[in-house]
Amino acid sequence: MDWGALHTILGGVNKHSTSIGKIWLTVLFIFRIMILVVAAERVWGDEQDDFVCNTLQPGCRNVCYDHFFPISHIRLWALQLIFVSTPALLVAMHVAYRRHEKKRQFRKGDQKCEFKDIEEIRKQRFRIEGSLWWTYTSSIFFRLIFEAVFMYAFYFMYDGFRMPRLMKCNAWPCPNTVDCFVSRPTEKTVFTIFMIAVSSICILLNVAELCYLLTKFFLRRSKKAGNSKQQPNHESKEETKQNEMNELISDSCQNTVIGFSS
Amino acid sequence: MSWVFLRDLLSGVNKYSTGIGRIWVAVVFMFRLLVYVAAAENIWKHEHDEFECNIKQPGCENVCFDHFFPVSHIRLWALQLIMVSTPSLLVVFHVAYRQNKHHKQKLHKNPGKIDGGLLCTYLISLILKTGLEIVFLVLFYKLYNGFKIPPLVKCDIKPCPNTVDCYISKPTEKMIFLHFLLATSCLCIVLNLSELSYLIFKYSIKCYLKRHLKKQQ
Repeated sequence: MDWGALHTILGGVNKHSTSIGKIWLTVLFIFRIMILVVAAERVWGDEQDDFVCNTLQPGCRNVCYDHFFPISHIRLWALQLIFVSTPALLVAMHVAYRRHEKKRQFRKGDQKCEFKDIEEIRKQRFRIEGSLWWTYTSSIFFRLIFEAVFMYAFYFMYDGFRMPRLMKCNAWPCPNTVDCFVSRPTEKTVFTIFMIAVSSICILLNVAELCYLLTKFFLRRSKKAGNSKQQPNHESKEETKQNEMNELISDSCQNTVIGFSS
Repeated sequence: MSWVFLRDLLSGVNKYSTGIGRIWVAVVFMFRLLVYVAAAENIWKHEHDEFECNIKQPGCENVCFDHFFPVSHIRLWALQLIMVSTPSLLVVFHVAYRQNKHHKQKLHKNPGKIDGGLLCTYLISLILKTGLEIVFLVLFYKLYNGFKIPPLVKCDIKPCPNTVDCYISKPTEKMIFLHFLLATSCLCIVLNLSELSYLIFKYSIKCYLKRHLKKQQ
């Protein structure tokens, strides 16, 4: 079990995402997870071994390290990535549930079901509308919240995003105020700023996606309201049905075009 | 042999689980297994090397470390993950047995349906999972006096000449992750109990309705 497994899980969700969602996923995997695994872990690998205090007092180094780094940057990023990826599972579960319902309909021999076999149901790409729209939007909302919370926690715990070279420590059993030196402070600062920048980009992408979904929702609603106003009140049932079918056909044509372009 | 085996096992079980069971699998994957591999393992990696006692007496550090950490937190965590996932094997074995017995019956065609003997096996696996979670949480509590990790422990076991101060490395970080472990274990217990209640309730209603219909006939 590793980040590769997460990639497999989220890759499945990718099919049902918007274009911005797909960009977000790419940024997440290439600029965050991959950087974390390939580079950042090495930089922080020797953090306690090379954390040196100017004292021979046993225990002073341990205590000072624990005081200045309650939770290591690298672990905080790993937790952030896990929490930020989790809302996508909501969408995956919803899609799986819909597929299950369609398979059940197919097995019952329901004539409404438009699929020819189970393989088609498995490969189907669902449009983001109805209850799936709500699930997808909630997942983006939770992602934003988690990103913001972790950024704030980072800022709060480490007093900004800079890694100082020297820290002064006077926690017991250090006999007096002792100088402690952090290993690779500049490299750590560079990576911290990089990760914060990419988190900010991800937040912007999520906000853009949220705005896009809300705009699409309101446009669709106003279009439907506009169509229903044009119909006269004494319209027959047959005419209403025909109009609904025409709307569905035009909507599906539009989405086929969007699907091809994305 | 690695955690991939466990992941594949749980993915297989997912097919025959209820909705709550799938949420349980997702929680175990994301918040327990992935956190363990990606973060927690590295915190405890050099715990013995970084355990420092205020004494030069050879052997004192070893003896004190062994006294305060009979089984390391991280090993207990790994054991808990393995034990808690294992009852799902009962369901997998039962399904395989059924498929062997009734060659023509393709269970995978209707994976969501649990009935009869498979239901009993599923319920037993849920009870075992919950029981094992509680056992490990109690073990953690008893072995380490709660879920706290003090930065300093006092040790006076031979060959330490007198009471010696020993310092544990990264106690705050370890405590944060232990609390995370506790929270996820409790969440999994709640999910298991909900699933148990849901299944018992659902099938009791089903049985009651069947009996009621038979009486009417």
